[in-house]
Amino acid sequence: MDQAIAARGLLKRYKGVIALDGVDLTVPSGTVLGLLGPNGAGKTTIVRVLSTLLRPDGGSAEVMGVDVLSRPAEVRRRIGLSGQYAAVDEYLTGYENLDMIGRLYHLGARRSRARARELLASFRLEDAADRPTRTYSGGMRRRLDLAGALVADPPVIFLDEPTTGLDPRGRTDMWEVIQTLVAGGTTVLLTTQYLEEADVLADEIVVIDHGRIIAQGTADQLKRQVGGERLELTVADAALLPRVTEALTPLGVAAPTVDEGRRAFLIPVSGGPDVLSEALRRLDDAGVALEDVGLRRPTLDDVFLALTGRAAEPGDEDAPDEQGGA
Amino acid sequence: MAVPHVIADAAVVAKRNIIKIKRVPDLLVFTTLSPIMFVLLFSYVFGGAIDQQGGGAAYREFLIAGIFAQTVIFGATVTGAALAEDLKKGILDRFRSLPMAPSAVLTGRTFSDVVNNVIVLVVMGLTGLVVGWRIRSSWLDALAGVGLLLVFAYAISWIMAWIGMLVPSPEVVNNASFVVIFPLTFVANTFVPLETLPAPLQTFAEWNPVSSVTQAARELFGNIPPGTPEPTAWPLQHPEVYTLLWSALFLLVFVPLANAQYRVSTSR
Repeated sequence: MDQAIAARGLLKRYKGVIALDGVDLTVPSGTVLGLLGPNGAGKTTIVRVLSTLLRPDGGSAEVMGVDVLSRPAEVRRRIGLSGQYAAVDEYLTGYENLDMIGRLYHLGARRSRARARELLASFRLEDAADRPTRTYSGGMRRRLDLAGALVADPPVIFLDEPTTGLDPRGRTDMWEVIQTLVAGGTTVLLTTQYLEEADVLADEIVVIDHGRIIAQGTADQLKRQVGGERLELTVADAALLPRVTEALTPLGVAAPTVDEGRRAFLIPVSGGPDVLSEALRRLDDAGVALEDVGLRRPTLDDVFLALTGRAAEPGDEDAPDEQGGA
Repeated sequence: MAVPHVIADAAVVAKRNIIKIKRVPDLLVFTTLSPIMFVLLFSYVFGGAIDQQGGGAAYREFLIAGIFAQTVIFGATVTGAALAEDLKKGILDRFRSLPMAPSAVLTGRTFSDVVNNVIVLVVMGLTGLVVGWRIRSSWLDALAGVGLLLVFAYAISWIMAWIGMLVPSPEVVNNASFVVIFPLTFVANTFVPLETLPAPLQTFAEWNPVSSVTQAARELFGNIPPGTPEPTAWPLQHPEVYTLLWSALFLLVFVPLANAQYRVSTSR
């Protein structure tokens, strides 16, 4: 099986609002696809269609070669889903939650119990195993929810915004868990609003906006689309900026951007560290005192900004709310 | 989907709901304390007024079957409220992404509410025994009475399952069902003899299935004193059959409706 997930022309409309407008996706086995976009872009809708929770108005999809629309029950045997809202029962203990999920995967009583204990141990939830999950922290609940998706060891896992709302510590914990999973050969489709997250976890990134794919490729390919490196610096006094502009403009491959308020100067360059040392030499000659200087490659934030004309801030209020049925 | 899976899956879901009875304080109170409170309040507040010569003893005997019926019917609202709650949280998405029988979510819920009602009946029965209620028939008849109450409540819980899937929040389920169930359980022979009701209400009460299930339980518990005049309305002359007919009707209509609504409400 070379394609774990394949979708063609997915369409979904909610009361006149187009949620998915012809989405094609393929995820090779054993790889991670990061689905990136602001709230309401259609990420959750794609996950709900592929995990059999939602019927699209058009298009087709297969998971592990099984048709999602005509054989949903068989697809469910091959997938694990961990949602945006930790779908664990808050009055059940961690152990009871996982045991219940095992039985509903029809693993049988003995295997369900053993698997629950095993997962609690590997997700560092052993100490909390017999406490109702409403006493868990947000990060613990997310880990338990992810553990729930892994009970039957499915070959394909859908993770819908696995780290939204977690603190930085919880986020890096979660990343580690996901990376371990992928190292074991699981295929993962991950949605996220965090560009950094897609950069760290995904082999391939699909950028989606208004239900349409607007870019796709590896993180590096996407960054290259936006352009090469930029030289960024901050001067001690805004009055120095004209002198900086005069000294450095010849080094750039495009026009510089000057931000007087932040006393910042930015110019796209090519040539790597040599350009940086040449720039420093010129600034020294011009007698400009610097507070900060650096050469940086574009981040996925720059990618998103370039592609959509707006920043990829979590909680973009312009977009329809995906959860509210829009 | 094989039949054994449907039942096994429903049992797993029911077990989850039953665990909650002991962990959720509201449910525990609803299940154990309020039945005790109802028996005591009705016995001693109304008992003295209604049955002045007997000091309330005869009324307490009359009352128990009525209060059993009312309480198990109210118990069915748990079905609706709990399902509305599940719908609001993410847990139904989890269930729906698993290879379980889709119908097990609703079936499991209604199963666990039968268990809940059994607990309620045991608690109330014991309280009843304390205040002087006795089973004056055979144990077998009494069990048949309890069975009939449970069947009727089970049928009602499918109506509530449908409502729980239809409305947006557990609070709405509680309020909406209160408005319907309260009059239904009071305009009946549950707390007062039918002869005391004004004529139009009396006719309604005679054909109200809550009256028939109460009448059936009273008969089967042996709580109808000798010399009580025979009821004139057909439903009360054949309360067991009439109760079972309504239960079957409710199940035939609302099991498919609730399942259809489940599919609609969860696949948004």
